[in-house]
Amino acid sequence: MQYWRKPLDADKIQVPHGEIHIVRDRCKGCGFCVEYCPRDVLELSKQFNIKGYHPPEAVLPEACVHCQLCEMLCPEFAIFVTLREEVETIES
Amino acid sequence: MSKQNNNLPEHPMERLLRMDRIPHIWCSTCGIGTAVSCFISALEKFEYPMDKVAIVSGIGCTGRVAGYIKLDSFHSTHGRAIPFATGLKLANPELKVIVISGDGDLSAIGGNHLIHAARRNMDITVICVNNFIYAMTGGQSAPTTPLTANSSTAPYGNSDPPFNLPLLVGSCGATYVARWTALHIRRLTKSMHEALNKKGFSFIEVIAPCSTLYARRNRLGTGLDLMKFYHDNSEIKHGAPLEELDINFQQKIIVGKFIDKEKPTFVDNWNNWLSQKLGSKFVPYGVAKA
Ligand code: SF4
Ligand code: SF4
Ligand code: SF4
Repeated sequence: MQYWRKPLDADKIQVPHGEIHIVRDRCKGCGFCVEYCPRDVLELSKQFNIKGYHPPEAVLPEACVHCQLCEMLCPEFAIFVTLREEVETIES
Repeated sequence: MSKQNNNLPEHPMERLLRMDRIPHIWCSTCGIGTAVSCFISALEKFEYPMDKVAIVSGIGCTGRVAGYIKLDSFHSTHGRAIPFATGLKLANPELKVIVISGDGDLSAIGGNHLIHAARRNMDITVICVNNFIYAMTGGQSAPTTPLTANSSTAPYGNSDPPFNLPLLVGSCGATYVARWTALHIRRLTKSMHEALNKKGFSFIEVIAPCSTLYARRNRLGTGLDLMKFYHDNSEIKHGAPLEELDINFQQKIIVGKFIDKEKPTFVDNWNNWLSQKLGSKFVPYGVAKA
């Protein structure tokens, strides 16, 4: 796993997109991922998992920038994010 | 897009976890699991054959870590993680030996082992998850419980001054000393990676929430509330004088890397001294033959 994303171009900002995977029945509903996702992608769902916790769900999946903060913070190995192919390029 | 359940790709950390033992025993909002995530990320970056890496834990909630990581590992008796690790390292100097255990196990019951391993610069890495309390045994005071904090053996609040762990191991001679909270995931991972690559006694203190005993007894909410507390109250101060690193109840926590130096290890000292004394008669120990 990398610590940081690649340095950003000077004139082009590349925004990677992540695909979020949640292992719902492994989650203990701690809310770390929800609280610290910088893009507010996640919310605890109303549903219960097999253990009686509320796992997160991605309410704004398109906003995910593949920072992997949720993956590193999760004490349960219950959420991870893979890089999606398409990369949005913003000219500045 | 979010995908839930069924046909999930494997979690990238599963390669280094004993999945038959997951879910682990730690409570919801406990910080130990986050420290383990960081450790696994550091291991993934560590360029060393994984069959030459060994994990040793003592007893306690953090003591369970050795049982969850899919590498050679040993869950030792209470306080004896460091002596066991020392034996492993000396019997097979090729191994990279990492001790992961809690504050009570390492600094109270194993306190003497900790200071002497640091003094002799034993070539091992020690990761101490400090949640300020003996958690698994029911929330008794540890030598790290902050003054005035409540524990099951201090129902009116703790009156004993706690250890400042970086000062303790630093003054004994550790070559690498850092402290982070469980919220500082990237910095903690980086420190763990540096410690893995360090020759000599490296020590990382990880301040982590214990929701069930420490937070609950002290009416601090959940582990998530403690993470928010770390967010608002930790200050990064690399190289801070060790004397300034005391932790007081619900007050500012100074984090950072405090020591990173080179020094001959226990085996170096042994080899140097005996080759001086015995000359060519002496066969240096643990040195790969050319
Ligand atoms: S990878 Fe980052 S942006 Fe995406 S859900 Fe996780 S924390 Fe949020
Ligand atoms: S961090 Fe992990 S355990 Fe906590 S709510 Fe998110 S997915 Fe569940
Ligand atoms: S008792 Fe405390 S330290 Fe032990 S698993 Fe529960 S929250 Fe974590």
